[in-house]
Amino acid sequence: MRHTLAVLVENHPGVLSRVSGLFSRRGFNIESLAVGPTEKPDISRMTIVVEGDDYVIEQVSKQLNKLVDVIKVSDISSQASVSRELVLIKVDADPSVRSQIIQIVEIFRANIVDVGKNSMIIELTGDKDKVTAMEELLKQFGIKELVRTGIVAMNRGS
Amino acid sequence: MNGAQALIKSLENEGVKVVFGYPGGAVLSLYEALKASNINHILTRSEQAAAHAASGYSRVTGKPGVCLATSGPGATNLITGIATAYMDSIPIIAITGQVSTEMIGKDVFQEVDITGATAPFTKHNYLVKNVKDIPRIVKEAFHIASTGRPGPVLIDIPKDVAAQELEFYYPKTVELKGYKPNYNGHPLQINRAVEAIKRAERPIICSGGGVISGNASSEVIKLAETCQIPVVTTLMGIGGFPGNHELFLGLVGVHGSYRANKAISSADLIIAVGARFADRVTGGSSDFAKKAEVIHIDIDPAEIGKNVEPTIPIVGDVKNVLKDILKGVDKQTRPQWIEAVNKFNSNGFKDKNNEYVKPRDVIKKLYQLTCGKAIVSTEVGQHQLWTAHYYTFSKPRTFLTSGGLGTMGYGFPAAIGAQVAKPEATVINISGDGSFQMNLSELATAMENQLPVKVLIFNNRCLGMVRQLQEFYCNRNYYGVSFKNIPDFVKVAEGFGAKGFRITKDTEIEPVLKKVIDSKYPCVVDIIIAPEENVYPMVLNGSPISEMIGG
Repeated sequence: MRHTLAVLVENHPGVLSRVSGLFSRRGFNIESLAVGPTEKPDISRMTIVVEGDDYVIEQVSKQLNKLVDVIKVSDISSQASVSRELVLIKVDADPSVRSQIIQIVEIFRANIVDVGKNSMIIELTGDKDKVTAMEELLKQFGIKELVRTGIVAMNRGS
Repeated sequence: MNGAQALIKSLENEGVKVVFGYPGGAVLSLYEALKASNINHILTRSEQAAAHAASGYSRVTGKPGVCLATSGPGATNLITGIATAYMDSIPIIAITGQVSTEMIGKDVFQEVDITGATAPFTKHNYLVKNVKDIPRIVKEAFHIASTGRPGPVLIDIPKDVAAQELEFYYPKTVELKGYKPNYNGHPLQINRAVEAIKRAERPIICSGGGVISGNASSEVIKLAETCQIPVVTTLMGIGGFPGNHELFLGLVGVHGSYRANKAISSADLIIAVGARFADRVTGGSSDFAKKAEVIHIDIDPAEIGKNVEPTIPIVGDVKNVLKDILKGVDKQTRPQWIEAVNKFNSNGFKDKNNEYVKPRDVIKKLYQLTCGKAIVSTEVGQHQLWTAHYYTFSKPRTFLTSGGLGTMGYGFPAAIGAQVAKPEATVINISGDGSFQMNLSELATAMENQLPVKVLIFNNRCLGMVRQLQEFYCNRNYYGVSFKNIPDFVKVAEGFGAKGFRITKDTEIEPVLKKVIDSKYPCVVDIIIAPEENVYPMVLNGSPISEMIGG
């Protein structure tokens, strides 16, 4: 099963390598990892998506908690939460298909952030399913490049 | 005051009396500051030995041991010692020099990313970027190393940072958002544990290294006696429960005693105290403790449920938790279970018929002659397990061994560290001819500092444990295990100025050991044993630990 962990860490150099090193040496797989500062400048937040059963997730959380730089680990996949990912997709877009692509972009409430002679860059924010659905639809035109930020997530309510 | 002076001053503030180290270009200012301080410096003959010595010092005192090395190869030589301490949860502080801040990352002379390299096997580590942080970092390092589940902490100090000036202020407290060990067991879980003990018919205590580091030996004894629960120890737990106690069943695990393994396999309740169900204990078998309820008490939440799923997990300091449990339990008797346990008698393995001295006889004689009061360190291999089985350890912090990492070459420098900590104690390193050759240069350290450490070498002219493994797993297809050139260890000792002895027959055991124990000098005893001597009992890979060879 896929779990999303929100990990609060000290904003110190080397913390990312401590965390990612822990995953590799203990044989855990990271599906995606996003990191950035929080509302407090000395604390960063990592959103880590891990694939594993309950045993693996419990071990991941406990081992993460052992790192002195890790302040808090919460598994937010089982709770009511919002998760989003941002993708940039560069598609082949010669003038004949542009309008079709624009239609798709509108349906998905995505944005076109760059238009070239024969290509466009589309920016899409959404959860995993939305991103995958759009990617499927754009494949027919030819995807030249695709980049995803990895999921960031937050619990709903207070 | 410069950074180097601040570092040494901080060590003084932490009560450090001795540093084991090896100098180099990146720690010149540290050595200058060290010279001007009240801290004693023990110059080892390699950095690895400095780390092991710090660990030996820590194991006998319970305080963090400190080792110091220069950048690059000095730092990497510490690594084996740091990893050894990490696997056995021993608090040491490793201080390394680093190249100047502006040179970091440019692959300059003697540069290595030691914080990166040691991250997997330090409890925490620091690369000091700002000279003002030095006192705080030292304070934190000692706090982290010695509290919770203890472990090594490394501090890497660039040359330029050590030279910068600061105003020294030593903090009184530490403030670490991400480090708050849980010392008290959950009351509900404690109650469940009490009920389980009351209800159990065949309970057993498995006492681990945490009992020693948590100073909980007397609580374990009290629980065992009050509730009449037999006790087994892990290799790291040896000494945590008196080896001569009537409820003691011996070492448990792959090379555990027959009685201990049979008893834990028939128990209906296993109380694991500061033990982590390592593969050396369970045999890596998924059948381990399948029939039993398991109370698992450990200060490290990550150990609970890692190898064996407990029925009653209790996270907390073992001493506190046992005290709480003791409040709930009543005096109990279990005559049937105690009788059953005492009937787990092995038929005994047959000694091989040869004229060689038997290691068991030497160790038992050593026990007798030292009145069981020596501090004994071992290397890794057959002699390690012979020592575990035949020297009856009755006090915590008297048996020093590399249990987790299994580091050959550990025991001799660890004995040096122990002797530095306890100048009056009889400190004995039991070794093999293989292990001794790894760090024998430390004889020079022992001589130089007048440390009367005694080394007993069980000399079988081969790597006995690996040879034994090849006997069982490789169909006696021996390779790379026998030494064709063996140094004359008596002459080696004499070459360093130490005393050398040799034992080749039974009649020599007592007179030689007596002389050695009484000697004021470092001694090496070369004890010639049979090359085919094995460690028994032995559990084959994948078998449950109740199935032993040569029990």
